[in-house]
Amino acid sequence: MDLGSLLNALILGVSIASIWLIAALGLTIIYGTAGVINMAHGELIMLGAYSSYMLQFYLGLPYLLCLPASFVVVALVGLALERGLIRYLYSRPLDTLLATYGVSLVLMQGVRLIFGSDPKYLAVPEIFQSNVMLGSVSVSAFRIVVLLVTVLLVLALWLLFYKTRFGVQVRAVMQNKEMAAAFGINSGRIYMLTFALGAGLAGVAGALFGVLAIVLPTMGASYVVQAFLMVVVGGGSLAGSVVASGVTGEMQSVFAFFTNDTLARFIIFVLIVAFLRFRPQGLFAQSGARR
Amino acid sequence: MKITRRNILKSTAAAAAAVSLPQLWIPESSEAWGATLKKGEPIKVGLLFSLTGSLAVPEEDSALVMQYAIDEINKAGGVAGLPIEPVIVDAKSDFAVYSEKAKELILRDKVIALFGCYTSASRKAILPTVMQRDHLLYYPTCYEGAECTQNTICTGPLANQHSQDLIPFMVQQFGKRVFFVGSNYVWPKESNKNAKVWLEKAGGELLGEEYIPLSSSEFGPLLNKIRDANPDFIFSTVVGASDIAFHKQFKQEGFKVDKMPIASLTTGEIETRAMGAEFGAGHFLSAPYFQSLDTPTNQKFVESFLKSKYGKNGTTHYNMEETYTSAYVFKAGFEKAAAAVGFENVTPRIIRDHSGGIRVEDDVSPEGLIWIDENNFNTWLKPKIGQCQADGTFKIVKAAEKHVAPDPYSIYPDVGLCTKDGLKAPDGKIRKSVI
Repeated sequence: MDLGSLLNALILGVSIASIWLIAALGLTIIYGTAGVINMAHGELIMLGAYSSYMLQFYLGLPYLLCLPASFVVVALVGLALERGLIRYLYSRPLDTLLATYGVSLVLMQGVRLIFGSDPKYLAVPEIFQSNVMLGSVSVSAFRIVVLLVTVLLVLALWLLFYKTRFGVQVRAVMQNKEMAAAFGINSGRIYMLTFALGAGLAGVAGALFGVLAIVLPTMGASYVVQAFLMVVVGGGSLAGSVVASGVTGEMQSVFAFFTNDTLARFIIFVLIVAFLRFRPQGLFAQSGARR
Repeated sequence: MKITRRNILKSTAAAAAAVSLPQLWIPESSEAWGATLKKGEPIKVGLLFSLTGSLAVPEEDSALVMQYAIDEINKAGGVAGLPIEPVIVDAKSDFAVYSEKAKELILRDKVIALFGCYTSASRKAILPTVMQRDHLLYYPTCYEGAECTQNTICTGPLANQHSQDLIPFMVQQFGKRVFFVGSNYVWPKESNKNAKVWLEKAGGELLGEEYIPLSSSEFGPLLNKIRDANPDFIFSTVVGASDIAFHKQFKQEGFKVDKMPIASLTTGEIETRAMGAEFGAGHFLSAPYFQSLDTPTNQKFVESFLKSKYGKNGTTHYNMEETYTSAYVFKAGFEKAAAAVGFENVTPRIIRDHSGGIRVEDDVSPEGLIWIDENNFNTWLKPKIGQCQADGTFKIVKAAEKHVAPDPYSIYPDVGLCTKDGLKAPDGKIRKSVI
């Protein structure tokens, strides 16, 4: 076996991990804070890709600016969704599951009605279309972009949750909504903002996935399952999702290196099921969280 | 996108299933069809495509071009003097819906023929119904073969026609060492079995064969393997959204198209537009039709289709062209049947029986003359090889000189030969309706 190839596989694993993680970030925030099982997460990712496409196609915005712009656009959609629907369902978690699934269908068909079902195209600068060689190690430039964006977002989220007043309020609401409200925290507002934040993060992920893969009304469906797996395995906390994605990404890359992609996925899913059998609360369960 | 576990199971057991399937009860055609044609009433045909869901990308185009072809035929006087009336249903990318809608079209709407399906899975979902009612399905796309029903007419290339020219061409142009990549389901696997036969004949060397899960958009591990194997070219049967991710990541991972091009059976005009021409340029595709084909018939077809109300998606590609010609195969078959037995007595079975040998001449067929095989009712056609250009169009670099015969059992000679009456085993026994 060639060590250079194995090194390549390990580095690729980090990149795959970042893709799993950025798909799961928004969901982690929403599920972790409000306990909402957001089935429309995949479609929020899809909306992110379409926002980038629209901004680029109609306004000529450069790709790198499309990332924050998609965040804003999808966050606004999330905000509207939370105010118009989700907030009436916080006390009925199973209904949020059905309602958000309905929303996902509405979004998918709506986008299909507006943009048609043919795939769309996102242009990226020339430098992101090739790779970087370091000795025998080769990494695609765009994968580095995805990794950097993911790291920045995780850092930003960490700072937001642990270093700001807003973060303290969010964590208080997570632990006990009524108690936090009794201390004067506007828990409705916290839920609203975290939902918008989670939706915005999905938007950024979509803008990146549109370049890595394809922009299609159905594109979200393939990400939502893996996002849920990461959130459940991680236990709904930020650190949990980071670790779960890191381990899964590396496993996918290394197993695929030794066997093939189909078998690698099979092994990963078997391991996840086995893991959840023995630790259903996930890696880092939040003590005291209301579930 | 010819999917599902059900299909994979079926195909892995292809040979075994072919042997063990019991013969289906087949009623008399007119009795099964339960309707008669009347002079003065339009001829109803069913269009069974997915207009929504994950299969809508190719199938919506098929439904549109089919309506265009029907309009065109009606304007020119219809079939045997009567207009065709399409009954359009949405199969919603759901195989249960395909089967249910096929029944509805046959029993309730009493259409005389079905046009539809794109994936092998959906075809296999409706065939039992079609065969039981002794009805007729025009299947307008490529597929893997290994089927011998007496109720289908296919206008696309079979696996044996698809890569026959492509593999030797690539070996000659780029070198002997090749890596096979496919989506993980029946069609790529069967196609690769065929490709291996041609590769061996061309003296090529297979460095690796890998399959990617259908919905996957992660090609990193695979591309690393290809980098290590360093083949002269890649032979790809990756389909759908995956295929677009594959071409994008190929370039993003630093692969150079002039050093290691991808020779594909699927990456056509739609895919290239979706990935961006800079990711498609330089790669190769084998298909019987390209939008850029330089013939008066094709130029007229492209221009008038794109201008029509059905041309909203802005392109024509091999799958659409195969659908378009199927309408003319139907027209010719129907008229031949009506001339033979009288208009009122035409049934799906009789159309099928009169369709062997039907030719669609090059003043109608955009890809050039094609004809229906008299035994297996697939299509004789000329596969062509196109290279994608910087503007996303394809330049034809090689066209078969002679028509290539369709052979559904080319790599399973032991199973038998598909004849008009059924699958003829080497021992002379004939079995009908083999799927």
